[in-house]
Amino acid sequence: MKIVVCIKQVPDTKGGVKFNPDGTLDRGAMLAIMNPDDKAGLEAALRLKDQYGAEVTVLTMGLPKATDVLREAIAMGADKGVLVTDRVLGGADTWATSTTIAGALRNLDYDLIITGRQAIDGDTAQVGPQIAEHLGIPVISYAQDIKVEGDKVIVQRQYDDRYHVVEAKMPALVTALSELNDPRYMTPGGIFDACKAEITTWGRADLKDVEDGNLGLMGSPTKIAKASDKVRKGAGEKVTPDSPDEAVAYIVGKLKEKHVI
Amino acid sequence: MKMSPEVIAQYKGVFVFAQQVDNEISGIAFELLGKAKELASSLETKEVTAVLIGSDVKGLVDQLAEYGADRVIVVDDPELKDYRTEPYAHALASVINEYKPEIVLVGATAIGRDLGPTVSARVQTGLTADCTVLEIGDFPLVAIPGKEAEQKHNQLLMTRPAFGGNTIATIACPDNRPQMATVRPGVMQKIEPVAGAKAEVVEYNPGFTPNNKYVTIKEVVKAVSDTVDIMAAKILVSGGRGVGSAENFKLLDDLADAIGGTVSCSRAVVDSGWKPKDLQVGQTGKTVRPNVYFAIGISGAIQHVAGMEESDIIIAINKDEDAPIFDVADYGVVGDLNKIVPQLTEEIKKALAEK
Repeated sequence: MKIVVCIKQVPDTKGGVKFNPDGTLDRGAMLAIMNPDDKAGLEAALRLKDQYGAEVTVLTMGLPKATDVLREAIAMGADKGVLVTDRVLGGADTWATSTTIAGALRNLDYDLIITGRQAIDGDTAQVGPQIAEHLGIPVISYAQDIKVEGDKVIVQRQYDDRYHVVEAKMPALVTALSELNDPRYMTPGGIFDACKAEITTWGRADLKDVEDGNLGLMGSPTKIAKASDKVRKGAGEKVTPDSPDEAVAYIVGKLKEKHVI
Repeated sequence: MKMSPEVIAQYKGVFVFAQQVDNEISGIAFELLGKAKELASSLETKEVTAVLIGSDVKGLVDQLAEYGADRVIVVDDPELKDYRTEPYAHALASVINEYKPEIVLVGATAIGRDLGPTVSARVQTGLTADCTVLEIGDFPLVAIPGKEAEQKHNQLLMTRPAFGGNTIATIACPDNRPQMATVRPGVMQKIEPVAGAKAEVVEYNPGFTPNNKYVTIKEVVKAVSDTVDIMAAKILVSGGRGVGSAENFKLLDDLADAIGGTVSCSRAVVDSGWKPKDLQVGQTGKTVRPNVYFAIGISGAIQHVAGMEESDIIIAINKDEDAPIFDVADYGVVGDLNKIVPQLTEEIKKALAEK
């Protein structure tokens, strides 16, 4: 079985957020980690590998420094890494990103593609389903459990008030929730392998069956009109009462004033 | 992939995906209709169309009319009984290709966040996720000097938080149609339903032939839950890690009972297993806008605030005077919740009894 896991290097939002003058994210200026949902997807792939034997390839699109998450994935147990990077791919929205990744995936053999449900920077959850659409394969989003039986993948698909046990014939794409599992740590042997591992790097010319007009900032149908730090409503009153009595009197007073009670 | 202005001009009207589950329309569908009506009022074509997809769902049409749909396109087929990506995407994409709407709104639910991206890729247009504000306006917002003629008017401007609520972006889709957005549940306002309202009903079936993309649902496992809908509550008594234990939520239950409210919680509480996930407020939980929101023992991480800051009155009780929750609270009280909350419950009971 061949599994490709799509992972993304994302800025750790705890480190603060910085923008380029054109409103796009200045990813170079922020701390970078492997996106949590993607890491759970990778762990799910590695468990399938442990159980049935599989070749696991990790693929990412990003700046050259995104190689770091590929090496981390190899240190966890992935077999191969592919970096898709090219200046013309920058500023892509989810349409252009999914077009790019689909173009790269067409070069690879796969039975199963796993992506994270969503990345913590964009929070869109769009790229996984859009890749599947471009490739013409079934998608099962929001996976909380992934099993393989023969040529079928069987997934617990989470909804708000239920889950469905869904079966798809492979090749198929599954998007993983971070609740799926607790990802393993890198092993010393894995780290050694990761340092030696050769990362395949692809640029625009290596993408299969994609048109220039669908790539990068120019190929993105959505355009940013404005981006900014969130302006929050100002703080109201804050009191530090000397006793619980005083605190309660203050709250009850406000509730009466606002006709809540 | 840009469309020509001539092609763009063919796309008219605001469409809403009227999500239903088990033949019951989801609240988000009514919220979207309310917003669609408002958007349509500033556009040339004022008609609002609901797209109702399912099996045996024709009986739901009048409800959509009462909440603002002028027209309902019904795609009814046995293949559409439970949600599956492919037949639903085929249904909605076929409706879009046939009826050419200017705007398509989909709820940012576990269904819509799968359907929306699949359909937008299929009809080759942009999609903006998890929007919290939708307006009609110009793109660019301000015309570039010397290029005033290139500024496009009557565009859908879609505003959304990103980075877990740290940033906010306004996005347009100027060169493709339809302009598509998924919209966060609980943010847009429904209209007061108009009893007896009727909509034009159009039945449309593009044909459903199973292919490799059709998946099989082996089992439907519904969560056994007797919890209430926190998005509908007028008063929420919300607890965080500071409450200390599942048992200690009794203090909040009592307060909620006294004031006629509902208990909700922060992510930390769900992660600790004290409360179920459907009571969680925040970026990865639900967005709420009650009249009164009590934040008790909640520090106020940005992801939590993103889900409750639109509440009318926010009252925070926290022993840490530097807790960020005080930055959004209308009334902040620094103190020990274990002492304040039980006493507050008693005082509220007294005040209500006196009335």
